[in-house]
Order: sequence, then C-alpha cells, then structure tokens
Amino acid sequence: MIAPIKDIVQAERARNTSFNEASARTRLALLLDGGSLVEFIGPEAREVSPHLKTFDLPEQYDDGIIVGHGRLEGAPVFVAAQEGRFMGGAFGEVHGAKLTGLLHAARRIGSIPVLILFDTGGVRLQEANAGELAIAEIMRAMIEARAAGVKVIGLIGGRSGCYGGGGLIAGCCSALAVSEPGRIAVSGPEVIETNRGVEEFDSRDRALVWRTMGGKHRRLLGAADVFADDTVQDFREAALELLELLGPVGTFGLDRLKAEHERLAERLRRFGRCEDAVDIWTAEGVAHAATVPELPADQFIALANRIGRTSRDAR
Amino acid sequence: MEDLSFQHRVRGRAGGTRQNAIVGVVASGNLEVLVERVLPDAECVVDIRTAAMGFGEIWSAVIGDFVERYSPGGLKFSINDGGARPDTVSLRLAQAVRSIAENGQ
Amino acid sequence: MTLDDILASLFPGGHEIRHDDGIIAGSATLRSGGKVLVIGIANRTALGVDEAIRLSGHLLDSIDKGSGPILVLVDSDSQRMSKRDELLGLNEFLAHLAKVLIHADMRGRPTIGLLYGHSAAGALLATGLATRVLVGLPGAEPAVMDLPSMAKVTKLSMAALEEKAKSTPVFAPGLSNLEQMGAVHMTWSDAVSLAEQLEALLGDMPAVQDRRGALGKERGGRLKAADIAERVRDLALQIR
Repeated sequence: MIAPIKDIVQAERARNTSFNEASARTRLALLLDGGSLVEFIGPEAREVSPHLKTFDLPEQYDDGIIVGHGRLEGAPVFVAAQEGRFMGGAFGEVHGAKLTGLLHAARRIGSIPVLILFDTGGVRLQEANAGELAIAEIMRAMIEARAAGVKVIGLIGGRSGCYGGGGLIAGCCSALAVSEPGRIAVSGPEVIETNRGVEEFDSRDRALVWRTMGGKHRRLLGAADVFADDTVQDFREAALELLELLGPVGTFGLDRLKAEHERLAERLRRFGRCEDAVDIWTAEGVAHAATVPELPADQFIALANRIGRTSRDAR
Repeated sequence: MEDLSFQHRVRGRAGGTRQNAIVGVVASGNLEVLVERVLPDAECVVDIRTAAMGFGEIWSAVIGDFVERYSPGGLKFSINDGGARPDTVSLRLAQAVRSIAENGQ
Repeated sequence: MTLDDILASLFPGGHEIRHDDGIIAGSATLRSGGKVLVIGIANRTALGVDEAIRLSGHLLDSIDKGSGPILVLVDSDSQRMSKRDELLGLNEFLAHLAKVLIHADMRGRPTIGLLYGHSAAGALLATGLATRVLVGLPGAEPAVMDLPSMAKVTKLSMAALEEKAKSTPVFAPGLSNLEQMGAVHMTWSDAVSLAEQLEALLGDMPAVQDRRGALGKERGGRLKAADIAERVRDLALQIR
C-alpha cells in the first residue's frame, strides 16, 4: 500500500528537522502521526507556575512541558515533552505534576506506553522544594506504572540534556534512546567544577563533557538501549524500535532489579578504575577508541550494535 | 515584569477555523504568543507581560503595524515576553495569525 | 542526636546495625518482636556509585527473606559530584536504589525514611524521598538547594532571598519547609522514646499510595500540584 502523501511530507519534514534544535511542540508534532496529538491542560488553560512571580520572572503558559495523547504508527501512546529553552526545562510544581498525572493514568490503563522527551537541567531553583518533590513523585508514579505493565520510554537529545533529578527519572524508564548531543548525568559540568575545582572537571572542555556524559558513552555503557541520529524521524524510529524490543520483556519486578544490580555491580568491577571514557571504551574492546567521538552516526550505531551493552531486561 | 494591553478596531475577521494556537518559547530574547478566537469580529486585543521594562511605545508601534497589516479581527493575543527584539515580536505575531488561520480544532 | 543515640532510642533491646565509611546496614528487632531492616547513610557522606550499590545490595540480599518494615536513616551530603561517578552512570545507581526501595514498599515491606541530619538533591531523591513515609527529627537540615548557590544563579542577594523565604516554603532549605510541601510527613520529638514513636507509626501506617501531593495541599505548601496531577489523570483516562 502506498502511504498517503501527507504522511510522506511529514516524514520528510521529520527527517530534515534536528531534534536538538526543535522546540518541544515541533518535536511532538513530527514524532507522532500527523495531527494526532491531544494535549491535556494546554497553554490556553494558562496553568502557569505560581512561584515565578515571586522572583519577577516571566511565566510560560504550559510551564515548559506538554503532556498528552497521540498515535505512533496508529497505536496509542501517552507523551510528555519538556521545553529545554524555558527555564532550562527544569522541574517546577506545575511542570512536574502534569507528568505525575499522566503516569497515574497510564498505570490505571496499563496497556498504553508513555514516551518522555526529556530536555531538562533538573530542579527549578526558584521552586526547588516543589521541583525536587515533583521528581520524587514522578519516580514513584513511574515505578508503579511499570509494575502495572506500562512501558515507559525516554528520548534524550535536547539542548538542556537530562540532568539532575531528570537523570534519576531517566534511570527509572523501561528503556532510553539517546543522540550524541543528549547528555545524561546527575551533576552538570559546571556543578562539578564549582564544587570540586577545574582540575576535577573543566566544564569548558566540551569534548570532555561529551565523552563523559554524552549519548555515545551512554550507549556503549548500556545506560541507553538505542542511539539515534539527531533528527526527529530518527527518534520516531527509535521509539518504534524500543516499543517492539520491549514487547517480549516481562513486567518490572524483583528479578529485573536483581539483574540491574548485577549489571551495575559488574560495571563498577570492570570500569571502576578507569580515568576517562576512552579507557572504558578501550576496555570494552573498541579499537581506536579515541576516534569514537568523531564517528558518524551510522558507523557508531554499527559499532554499538556489535559491542555496546543493552539493559532491556536489567533496568 | 511589566503588563501592557492594546485594543484595536480592525477591518475584518481573521481567516481559518482553529480556536487557538501557540507559537514561540519564553526565553531570553524570545517570546510566546497564545492566540485565541474569542472576540467580536471587529476587535483585536493584545495583552503583554514582558521582562523588559519601559518599552511601551515600541510595543505600541509594533502592534499598530501588525494590526494594520494582518487585520486580525476576533483574535486575542496573549504574550509572555522574555525580552525579545521588535523584529522577533513581529515574526511571532505573524506566525500566530498563520497558525490560527489553518483549519481544524 | 548522634546516630548512636538514635539507634539506642529506636532499638533499646539492641540491634545488629553496622556503620562504616558512612554506610549504615543491618537489622534490629522491634519491641513487638518483629524484624526491621535498616539501611542508611551517615556522617554527611556523599552518595556516589559505591555507596549506592552497597545500599541496594544490602536491600536486595534481605528483601525476599523476611517481611517487616524497612527503615532508611539519612544524614548525607548531596550526590557525589565527581567525574568518576558521572562517568560510571551515577544517575542509574541512584535510580536503582530508589527503585529497590519503591518496589519493596509496593510488595509488602513498608518503607520509612528518618531524616536526622543533612541531605540534598540526588541523595535525598534516592533515599528519604523514595520511602512511603519520611519522618524528620528536630535538628535535621535538608537543603534541596543551598541559598548561596541560589543567590549566584538568581543574582539576588542573600538578604533578598531570606526575605522571600519568609513568605513561601517553596525554595528555601529546612525541615519545616519540606514538611509544608508534603515531602516530610511528620516530625518526631527527640524528648520521647523513638521506639515508641516508631511503633506508633507502624501501627498506623498510611496505605501504599503517594500522599505527598494531598499533604502539600492540606498544609498550604503546594496548592497546585495535587489538582494539576488529578486533572491530567482524569483527562487522560477519558481518551479511550
């Protein structure tokens, strides 16, 4: 059967749009089947943060996150997308509560997967206590949803990366797809430098940041299951691939936690003394590991599929 | 933050059937525009919350030009501004009119 | 109270709880005769990959061997901020510890956090905030974000921040702020036996569900979170 012309146009646009540079709304519009997004508490509801005015800061009508329902190749999915340019995509009270509510619904229904397009620096400082607690509630809601059989997939490739509590939430997902600019960490480069000194971590050394926290390292380490090139279409295909790969993986439970424990303990045994990501990649058997950062996406994906670890049944 | 509001009589109703649309992001040098089809056909309102204080006259000129050019009758524009330049404001307002002029919900 | 004082007051009949290098692990017998599994982090130790794996290991070794509650004692720094920890995937290690605690709570091992010192950021998320009921002790000083760092980012003076903190619990450090937000369920007294207070709590444990949104609303600390979450949930449930 030949795809309708509007689907071909949409795929072409998605193929030509950088996931990293696109807004959260553009990412969702091109990632999902055309026109399928139904947003919950959208901008017209004007549910802004009640706390930013204390600091005389501008609000955004969706508080920096879009949550809703859409379709992927016709199948229903719940989606959440953070806008990394508004307050660094950080979690505040309203922002976080939208994702919590979405996960509560997903848990109740059980069969509809959740896609989370992370783009966050972590907790929003101006409402730090509410943001921290929102992250704790999201983690709880996500584990409850996964225990009820829900697949939760994180897509990480935004400008703000996935830092702070966002990194912990990502660590609670069923699977992750990441692109090269998608960084995953708890402490950001500047935070490490401020607390431990420039000798510990030079936050201006972009190559160091990329190879320590970036998508390629996370994929080789087994922290992410799929590496995506930086287009919205590649992330769409990665989401579809993960939904299929997770099909035969059973529900979250004690066996999975024990497997994850073994996976992480083995990582510490094998790489705990490595000084740099290049040492880890070399220990993993990558020839000419120092050239990994320059590899084009297709060559890197081939390499990662050959030697990179996966964690689908151990997270 | 500073609040501004402008009301204009316009020639005619804006095209399309969508009830609302949103464009832009609130960030340094950027803004979001929420546009809603909620007013009588000959009216247009633009409400602004801006982080840049004391630019009321420039806003007035930018919005006057915009209303003259697009005749956005029946539309209410709500703007959250992170300190955008006038050309960025004009661009977002035009994008907002184009978005709501599409057919759909 | 020091950790030894706390353990003595919690378990006057004695306990088998060790602590070394800031890691607390062991078990104790309640006066009612039941067993309680104990983990924790002491001496304001940073929670890094090595600490997290030891704590989750202790839980996983014991979790399916008994019933009874799990107590998580917290006096930590923030997450360990180092190149090595991030290189090895600290986010996964902290998430793993939180997942084990949440899973245990959902599967009949009720979890109680006892915040008796400092804690912050990722360390608090992986420990106290991953329990069903988080209790504070007088003198505990959690700080999601310290004011000097906030002053740096917000470009406001410390005096201005302290002034703002008087009118809202939403950003400033402190146990009472976290209690108002619904993060800390209750604060115990250090003048009464902790064993009695623990047994009173165990005798009246809230059901296995996250009540923090409702508590934050009741206490006026988070007026929107619970309602927004409920509205999104209801809209999402209508989609079918």
